Amino acid sequence: MTDAAAQTEAKSGPVLAADGRPLKASLRRALRAQKMRALLLIAPLLLFIMITFILPIADMLFRSVENQIVSETLPRTVVALEDWEDHDQPPSEDVYAALYYDLFEAAEFRIHSRVGSRLNYEMTGVSSLFRQSGRGVGRFDTDIYTDQFAELDADWADPRVWATLMEDESVRAALPETASAYDGWVNVTIEANEDDPLEEDVEDYVYTALYRDLAARGYDGSSAMLSEAAEAVGAFETVSLREQFAEIDEDWLDPAVFETIWVYSPNYTAGYFLTAVDLQLTADGIEPQSEDLRVYLTLFKRTMFMSLVIMGSCVLLGYPIAFLLANLPMRISNILLILVLLPFWTSLLVRTSAWKVLLQQQGVINDILVWIGLVADNDRLALINNQTGTIIAMTHILLPFMILPLYSVMQTIPPSYVRAAKSLGATDWTAFWRVYFPQSVPGIGAGCILVFILAIGYYITPELVGGRTGTFISNRIAYHISTSLNWGLAAALGSILLILVLALYWAYDRIVGIDNVKLG
Amino acid sequence: MNASSDADHFVVFDRVQKSYDGENLVVKDLNLAIGKGEFLTMLGPSGSGKTTCLMMLAGFETATHGEILLDGQPINNIPPHKRGIGMVFQNYALFPHMTIAENLSFPLEVRKIGKSDREQKVQRALDMVEMGSFGGRRPAQLSGGQQQRVALARALVFEPELVLMDEPLGALDKQLREKMQFEITNLAHNLGITTVYVTHDQTEALTMSDRVAVFDDGRIQQLAAPDTLYESPENSFVAQFIGENNTLMGTVESIENDLAVVKLDDGELIDTLPVNVTKVGDRTLVSIRPERVEYDPSRLQPGAHTVKAEVLEFIYMGDIYRTRLRVAGNDDFFIKTRNAPDQRRLQPGEQIEIGWRAKDCRALDA
Repeated sequence: MTDAAAQTEAKSGPVLAADGRPLKASLRRALRAQKMRALLLIAPLLLFIMITFILPIADMLFRSVENQIVSETLPRTVVALEDWEDHDQPPSEDVYAALYYDLFEAAEFRIHSRVGSRLNYEMTGVSSLFRQSGRGVGRFDTDIYTDQFAELDADWADPRVWATLMEDESVRAALPETASAYDGWVNVTIEANEDDPLEEDVEDYVYTALYRDLAARGYDGSSAMLSEAAEAVGAFETVSLREQFAEIDEDWLDPAVFETIWVYSPNYTAGYFLTAVDLQLTADGIEPQSEDLRVYLTLFKRTMFMSLVIMGSCVLLGYPIAFLLANLPMRISNILLILVLLPFWTSLLVRTSAWKVLLQQQGVINDILVWIGLVADNDRLALINNQTGTIIAMTHILLPFMILPLYSVMQTIPPSYVRAAKSLGATDWTAFWRVYFPQSVPGIGAGCILVFILAIGYYITPELVGGRTGTFISNRIAYHISTSLNWGLAAALGSILLILVLALYWAYDRIVGIDNVKLG
Repeated sequence: MNASSDADHFVVFDRVQKSYDGENLVVKDLNLAIGKGEFLTMLGPSGSGKTTCLMMLAGFETATHGEILLDGQPINNIPPHKRGIGMVFQNYALFPHMTIAENLSFPLEVRKIGKSDREQKVQRALDMVEMGSFGGRRPAQLSGGQQQRVALARALVFEPELVLMDEPLGALDKQLREKMQFEITNLAHNLGITTVYVTHDQTEALTMSDRVAVFDDGRIQQLAAPDTLYESPENSFVAQFIGENNTLMGTVESIENDLAVVKLDDGELIDTLPVNVTKVGDRTLVSIRPERVEYDPSRLQPGAHTVKAEVLEFIYMGDIYRTRLRVAGNDDFFIKTRNAPDQRRLQPGEQIEIGWRAKDCRALDA
């Protein structure tokens, strides 16, 4: 009776342990030590993977959308371009002034060529334009402003006077462009030139900013020196910054240059991804890439297609071998298995180079074909430096990844199934096709996923034997990583590849079911 | 040879030998005739060649020498799928990727039987094993016993005249096994099919079969009906393999008609039935079933020899008592007595006289 009473009581509330605490809490406590120990055991590997693998990859993927370089290097230009309305005409003098200050400072820090390279991905020629201009802005004729201010009042040439003036908040508010330019100059002097801003002559561009401020807004504050200057600037001799830039390079009059800067000024951009799928970002929105630059979609399609072909030939070649391995006596199958694994013990480079020797026009295979008369001597087969070469070499290299999962699945299929089928009246073929084959499908699935995913990201082999028509998207990624240094585009291409693989995996799970994949 | 097509010679093994490695014979000179409708069990320890015989009959192994005839036709060169023999495997071998109905339908499909006909036959076969409502399930969703029934139905659905069963009940628990034993025998007899059943479980062999072939060392040691096998084993292997058995070693002292007096190694004399002994002085292994040993003086036959025994252990087993004795230096001599109201329980240490009817005690080869 008491037991039954206790049970009904227990059912009404949470189940309690003997000491009166909830059973769930007790269980958690009891398992906590185990969980901690498990965590400690994997902690070194987890840390290692996190630091050396996950974080760099996350950083790399982040680069596919990151675009701070433009707004960080050319901050004033980016802001000034917001007021640019007629994109068919070069922008106003304000934009050129902002570009002048930005470029001058960037050139002092020697980072102007970097933003040039970045923008060069989007518009050819910008890189050299920026490099020239970085040198050019120092030789602008803006020293006339400096001279005129110094003539007006010799104190204008004194850096200490500038420093005092710029400490005054009301002055800074009245002369925003000058304050920004002066701050930039101080920063350059200290950081880039390691000099004292109180000792060095203030650069011409700060005087230019001062002139522009006073000319545009006037001055009605308390500083006598500034009031005097504000009255005088109306009579100053002036110089057009736009023409100064045009003197360096006529391209600065091309609105397209500013349009490129404007389109790529946000901190994050879809530009790399658009480029990766043969589109481009323009002021009017997303447009198809010009025809001679469309390479990536073709490469993606080719990568997919060739990976599928390689996967298919691996199934065709691997299935019989795996079947044989699974059905031979253990002693013989072990020897055969070593033969299957042998390629793993040979360097990938050596194997690929061996294929070069075999497949080239004067190579062993062509020699044999000519010798037995299948191929004319002057009409030798092109087996390498094209798609055929890549397919042959990669099928060979990836074959073990197909055979091993197939073999381990086939090993688990008891021979009694086929026997049962035969005893029920099925011919050898029917017994295989209706009974054995369906049970080996999980192995085929595992092998296909493995081979396909490996193939889609393969690099070395297509690089060595692929020639022009047999290369993969990965070769393009490697090119952007190590040669063109366009890491953003490389990251975007890599991200698309990753997404493709995940999408295929998802599709496979929906169609076949990932539970049906067995590696052993 | 044409005579072999008659009812007693439905399946014939004619001087069949089998070797896997060319050095050792797994099956040595097997001669066996199985009658139509007969339930024959091949019984033997593992490695005795019984499964090999079954596989040769099914066509999965080829005989190294000799001929196997099915209904008068030599079948050595006929591939398994053309033999039309139903087979039930040890692990059932139900195709895991097909439903139960598809499993049963498979042998009919490969025989190109029409769809409606097929469905009808499948349903009938499933009903026969009381699995009629399970057609849509997968094998993995069934219990062991249910899988066993389906495997049986699948082997029978295409109406073979001969069904082979390779230890089909080995994976079931005791109760289910006993139930299935009964069902299989009933089914086989009702359908009139010839059954060759392989097992290493002697109880199964005794309860199910019309005849049992006891295999050892690649030969049939004895081929007989279950009762004959149990009560009249022809040699010491069969005696020890089938049922519980007490053995004593001795030498034939005198031999006449159906009575041989054997002198046990400690000098005592016992009465035996001469089976494999022919002359005085033969060494012999005397075999006696535990339930045939008497110790109540009133039940002993007058004039028969008795043997002294010391009670070592009394084991209460519910329906029977099992008592361990020391007889002629043998400490493992068991007797079994029914738990009857008037039955006396022997006490350890007690000295008793035991005896038996001479024909229950068989003097076999040593």
